[in-house]
Parts: sequence; structure tokens; C-alpha cells
Amino acid sequence: MPARRRPSTPVAAGALEVATLRNGLRVVLAPDRSSAVVGVAVFYDVGFRSEPEGRTGFAHLFEHLMFQGSEHVGKMQHAHYVQGAGGTLNGSTHPDFTNYFEALPANALELALFLEADRMRSLVLSEENLANQVAVVENEIRVNVLNQPYGGFPWILLPPVAFDTFANAHNGYGDFAELEAATLEDARDFFERYYAPSNAVLALAGDLDADRALALVEKHFGDVPARPAPDHPDLREPEISGERRKEVVDRLAPTPALAVGWRAPDPDREPDEFLAAVVLAEALAEGDASRLRRRLVLDERLAVDVEAYLGLFGDPFEQRAPMLFTVTATHPREVDPDRVLAAIDDELRRVAEGVEPGELARVVARLEAQLLRRLDHVMGRALQLGMFQLVRGDAAALDELFGRLRQVRGDDVAAAAAALRPDRRAILELRAGQGGGS
Amino acid sequence: MRSEQGLSAVGPTGVPVPEGLPSLRLPRASERGVPSGLRTIAVRRAGVPLVELRLRVPLRAATRRQQTRALLLGESFFSGTTDRSAAEIAAALQGLGGALHASTDADALTISGSVLAVELRGLLRLLAEVLTANAYPPREVATQRAKLAEQVLIARSQPETLAREAAARRLFRAHPYGFGLPEPEEVRSVQAGELRGLHERSVRATGAVLVLVGDVPPGRALDAAEEALGEWAALPAPPAALASPPSFSPGGLVQVDRPDALQTNVRLVGPAPARQAADYPALVLANTVFGGYFSSRLVANIREDKGYTYSPHSGLEHAEVASSLVVAAEVETEATAAAVLETLYELGRMATTRVGSDELDAARRYLLGALALSLASQAGLASTLSALAAVGLDLAWLDAYARALARVGPEEVLEASRRWLAPSRLGLVCVGDGSRYLAALDALGYSPA
Repeated sequence: MPARRRPSTPVAAGALEVATLRNGLRVVLAPDRSSAVVGVAVFYDVGFRSEPEGRTGFAHLFEHLMFQGSEHVGKMQHAHYVQGAGGTLNGSTHPDFTNYFEALPANALELALFLEADRMRSLVLSEENLANQVAVVENEIRVNVLNQPYGGFPWILLPPVAFDTFANAHNGYGDFAELEAATLEDARDFFERYYAPSNAVLALAGDLDADRALALVEKHFGDVPARPAPDHPDLREPEISGERRKEVVDRLAPTPALAVGWRAPDPDREPDEFLAAVVLAEALAEGDASRLRRRLVLDERLAVDVEAYLGLFGDPFEQRAPMLFTVTATHPREVDPDRVLAAIDDELRRVAEGVEPGELARVVARLEAQLLRRLDHVMGRALQLGMFQLVRGDAAALDELFGRLRQVRGDDVAAAAAALRPDRRAILELRAGQGGGS
Repeated sequence: MRSEQGLSAVGPTGVPVPEGLPSLRLPRASERGVPSGLRTIAVRRAGVPLVELRLRVPLRAATRRQQTRALLLGESFFSGTTDRSAAEIAAALQGLGGALHASTDADALTISGSVLAVELRGLLRLLAEVLTANAYPPREVATQRAKLAEQVLIARSQPETLAREAAARRLFRAHPYGFGLPEPEEVRSVQAGELRGLHERSVRATGAVLVLVGDVPPGRALDAAEEALGEWAALPAPPAALASPPSFSPGGLVQVDRPDALQTNVRLVGPAPARQAADYPALVLANTVFGGYFSSRLVANIREDKGYTYSPHSGLEHAEVASSLVVAAEVETEATAAAVLETLYELGRMATTRVGSDELDAARRYLLGALALSLASQAGLASTLSALAAVGLDLAWLDAYARALARVGPEEVLEASRRWLAPSRLGLVCVGDGSRYLAALDALGYSPA
């Protein structure tokens, strides 16, 4: 039997377990018998920040190839099996990981384990499927970016202003030319290098018995051959020297927008500063009581919408360093972006002088409720636990987060705001290309 | 019955496929009405220490002006009461770990939210204050009005919004379901006084349904709701439903031009039966086989075989007095006519040939599993109960529906397909660069009216 430990955890009702198989696969089990369904998630420790130069978009294209068949499962059969058992499924590609997940009736747990193990062991690749999925991915990019106002704002557009290295700056959706240049050889190399069991985490949540589920995991994944996990490069970059600013024209957008990014504290090396920044983002832009919403949207009408968050897609816990603290605002044409910037700066200055009485407690209460809400469904629970195990090295860190958030002090949040100085920021101005004006 | 792991049959390929149909564990709902006409439904689901809230208040908007007013009322719903400013309401809400959001359609005002379970009472008191003492302060309403006018412009720049509006017009013509978004000028002309008047006349307890699902005993949830909302004023009679939409005339093409568009938003639309109709379960199965999930014929054809599109989908949509079928695909401009042709082919195949039993059973298991999954979270359960209660349905109906899904045969699926999915029963809507595909669509028999 694999090595096991049993940390105490309020979130998983005291039943969270973590085990490691002999081939290095880490397994997180979170039984909760209050419903008759299970969530299964496999995380591979490779995202688009690891894809090679000249192959932008490859990590995401590869995610699509993982649905094209394996030794015992034909093209489209993965979805047929999961959905035919009453389940739902998907996959997604992030800066630092790629995940594959299913939510199913509890009696289909073994099916999901079989399917995930089969493609981890023996993915089948063909020229025909590669060409088909390049076409599908190009249509995905057309829907979400090229044919869409604000497409790629700011997640594709801001990183090249804020970062200098290929890993951090490039477009994770990829250029069409580079997607079309991808070969089966590239895919085989990528699979061999990154899709090793020792580079993956399997998370199970819901209506399962931990002992029986672990035995099933061992049965299906135990014989996936061990391969060494790849080294993870340190992606950190030196602090930028002085404010950077870039303008783009979005030919489909009716209204301009602005994105400002600062390097956020390192979640591993400066965990307390990092959490204070998470609380600051919440205090700035979550709900109508938040400072930037109140001021920019409701009081001064400088913006139609404003957001503040850490991490490329708004989840501070899914990324390793470096990541950005981002503030975005969509604003009317009549409002000069510098007025929006000045109001953001002024509000950051005020937070840096100290938070208001009661502000911290209500911001943390809301943040806690939001984090809990992600754990409502078994699928969300498996995804969060798997992510914390992979990115933070500890699924139980998810539970500890609640206690740690309550320990964040007003001074910490003030210091987080003081760190968002103009000379540390990258600014992206999106000009509206549609309708009147330029 | 609890299912156990390790009982899967191993099929001929060695794939451990579970036996039988997914079982549905229906929760127990408690319900209480108060004299003012508010019904509260409470379900205990532990999971996480939260409670999900849905409140649906009948609010009929039969004219464009009424719909614009209702839309702005939703946007301004938390703008201030006689006692508290918008900022004070928002801060109080945040302190409860809560969030509330108001939205409107032609039928109703819906308030959705969640809160830390220990703070449910506080959330309900806050909700009661907003329902009974909403002030719609002119300054705050003016801000929301300007914001909404900008948001309309932004929404209209999204091709999916244009397609949704064109499809609604095609389905419902001059009926309120067909209006789409207001123009920015229409938004700018609504006054705060109109919102107060609308709220006073229509945001009442009569016919309203409150759903509470979460980590709290149902009795306590019902008591808290009654205590907070018992005094919410009634109407003399429940508001009448909107009139039924005119009958649908199939065929033809509605083209919305977007010069230089890289993709065409293709929609094939038609009427569908309400959930209570005898052939509804058969149509749901038919739609699933055709295009309702990833394993459908439509996805296999125009995505996985041809690569024309990323996420084609077909679904049934329900409003209070009409239901509709919407087939949607965003396809590469050059492939527009080819994608329409393949979609028509798959629809025609549904309407003319019997589905195989494997295909039907897969759709059956998928639908029953999806139902189980939707009931397995606080948020999913709350939304499901609220949507059902809006049209007078409950968990007993859901149980009967699940049984029907388990039993419908290929003959009934064929019959429902012929009635609702046949290409001759639908109309085509395209948003895109018509100069590049209209001639080809004409060759298929679709030209703009």
C-alpha cells in the first residue's frame, strides 16, 4: 500500500487523505457521503509557461489531444464513456498546470479512474486528429479572442508589457502559424517529458470510501510506468525599472479599457505579504462596498466596471511566482485614462495610510464565503484540493487558508497597497476602435 | 440507495462501465406559506457552511418601456433604502459574507445570493429592508442608468448578444420575449420615480417564491424567513401571466450583418413544449442525442469530424409562457453554409430515422446523471427548485420526469423529433459577414425575407 497521512481539516469534514503511489502519482481523497456523486481531477504540472519557444499555444493544443484517444479508448470515446455514465467532463490549461476532470454518479468512479489512467499510460496520437484539433483550437481562439470585443484583455495583452521572458510574456493561446507548425513528434516529446505520473496529482472528492477508492487508484494507476518528473524552471524576473506603458486598438470594442499590473508578492517566499495582497484585491474591487467600485463606478462615474485580482485568470492560488496584481477598468470614452489611473493611485495611497475600522473583518468574511462556495460542488472540491496539492505542495493548505486569512492585519493590507507604486507598474491602454472617435 | 465502488462490469474492451441507470437521491423540501402570499421552500444540504438564496417575484413587463424600467430596477435594487445608503447596504452584506444580485426578464424579478450559514437571519433582514423600504435615491439611480447605458453598448458589441436578440425576435416577433436589450437612449429616459412606482405596484409578496438551501435546519430557515418577510405587503390578486406568443412560422433566414466577421453565429430556432407536456421527456432525449452534449451527433460531425466550430450546442429554453429550441454554433465564416447543411442533415436524420438503443441509453444516463449532479450542490439545488417553482412544479414533478427519462423508447423519440426537431419546423438566424455566405445559403433554400 502507498504511504498515507491524515491531516485534520474542517473543509473535508476531517476526512482528507493524501497518498503517493510508487510511480510518484500523488493522490488526494476527500470523502463526503452527503451526495451520491464524485468529482475526479487529474492535474499535470505543466502549463503554457512551460511550452517551448516557437510553439506558443502548444500546452493548450496538447490538452485537446488528450481527448483524442488512448490504448483502450477511441476518438470521442472518453466523452462517450463519461457522459454515457451520467457524468460531465472538461479540461483546462493554465499558466502552471493543465487539468482534466469529471463529475459523475458515484458508481462511475472506477470508469473515470480507468479512463484517466489509460491516457496517462498510453495516449494515442495521429496526424488526422492533430490537424482536426488545430482547426478546433483556431475556432476556439476566434470565438474567445479574434471575433470578440475585449478578446484577450488583459490576459494575453498585459503580460508582454509587464514581463520580458518568453515564459511569462507570450500568448498562451498561441499564434496560428505556430499551432499549424506543431508535429506529432512535438506531442510525443511533450507527453514523455511532462505527463509522467510523478508530475501529476489525482484528486477525488465526494461519495467514496477512502480505502476502497485508494485500492481502485492503485489498481488502475499503479502500473503506469514511473518516469522522472521534469525540473521546474524558476520563472521569476527582476523587478521592472520604471513604469511601462503600451496602447492597443481593439477594433471591436465600443468603450476603452485600462489594465494595470504590478508584480505580486511571491506566494512561497513571502506567504504573509501574498495573503495581504489577496485581501487588498478583495477590498479594492469585490462588491459595491469595495473602494474602487465605490469610487470609480458609483461615486465619480469614471468607470463602468472595475476589477482587482492576483493571477492571470483571477485565481491567486493557481499560480507560482511570478504573478501580477492586476487592476482593470472599462471606462467611458469621455474619461481620460489618466484620470482613472489617478483615482486608482489616490485610493491605493489612502489604503496605505490604513484601513477603516471594520473594513478588514467584512472583507475577510466575504472572501471566506467565496472560497467556501468553490467547495460547494464535489467537482469544485476536487479541483481546489488537487490544485493546492500541486501548486502549494499540500492539499490541507486549502483548509489552513481560512485560519490564516483571519490573521491578516490592517497594517499588512496597508503595506500591500503601499507596494503598488507607479514605478513598479505596467499599463495597458485599450483604445475602442468601434463606433465614433479614433 | 448508495452506490458502491468496485461493482462495475468489465465490458469487452476492459473498460469498467457502471451497470444500470444513475440513481437520483431526491432531497426533502420543507415549505411554508404566509398570508401575504409569499411561499418559502427550505432544504437542508450541509456540504459547506453557507446558505444559497433565490427569490423570484412575478414582475410582468409587457412593453418595451416596462422592460427597460424593470431592467434598471434590477440594476438599482440595492441603491438605498429609507434608512441606509447603497454603501451601507453593501458593507452590511459583505460583513455577513453575503452577496445579493437582482436581475429581471419579461416575467419576473429574481434575487440570487448566498451567505455564511450563521448569518442567514441577517441576510433575510437586509433583504426585507430592501423589499419594503427601497428608496431608489435619484443620484444613485442616475449612476446606474449611465452605467447600464454603457453596458448595453458593450453587450451589443458581442456577436453572441446580437445572435441572442435576433433569435428572440425570430421566435417571438412583437411579443415581450422578443424585445431584446433596450437602446441606450431608452435607458437614459427612465426616471427614479418610475422605479419607485414600479416597485410599489409590483414588488410584492403575492406569488413570490423564496428558496433557501444550505447548512441550516429547514425549520429554522422557514422561521427566519417568516420573521423577516412576514410583513412584506401583498397584492389584492396575483399578477396575470403574459399573453402567449403568436404561433411560429418556420423557414427563411434572418441575416444580421457584421462586415469582416471572422465567424458566423448560426442559430436554428423553433418552439418547444413546456416541461409539463407529455412529449417533453422524449424531446429532451432527442435533443441530447442530436446536440445537447459533447457526445452528440452534432459535435461529432461539425467539430470532431469537420473542425468548423469549437462548441456547437442545442438546448431547450423555458420562459413562463413559452419554451423554445435553440441550436447554436459559432462557425468559421468560410464554413457557414457547410455547417448549416450538416446541421440540417443531423436534424433531418433525427426526424426520419430511429435512434439506436445504445445512443438513446447513453443520453438517458447522461441526463439522469446531470440531474443528480445538479441536485448535489447548494447552488444547483437552489436554482433548480426556484426554476421549477416559478412554473408551479416541485420535486415530485422532478421524480416523475426522471422516471419518464428512464422509460421513453426510440419510437417516442422519433415522434418528438419529427414534431420539434425537423428542419421544416425551424427558422435560421445568422450573424456574420453575409457577403461571404449568403449565395451558398440561398442554394440551400435559405434567403433573407
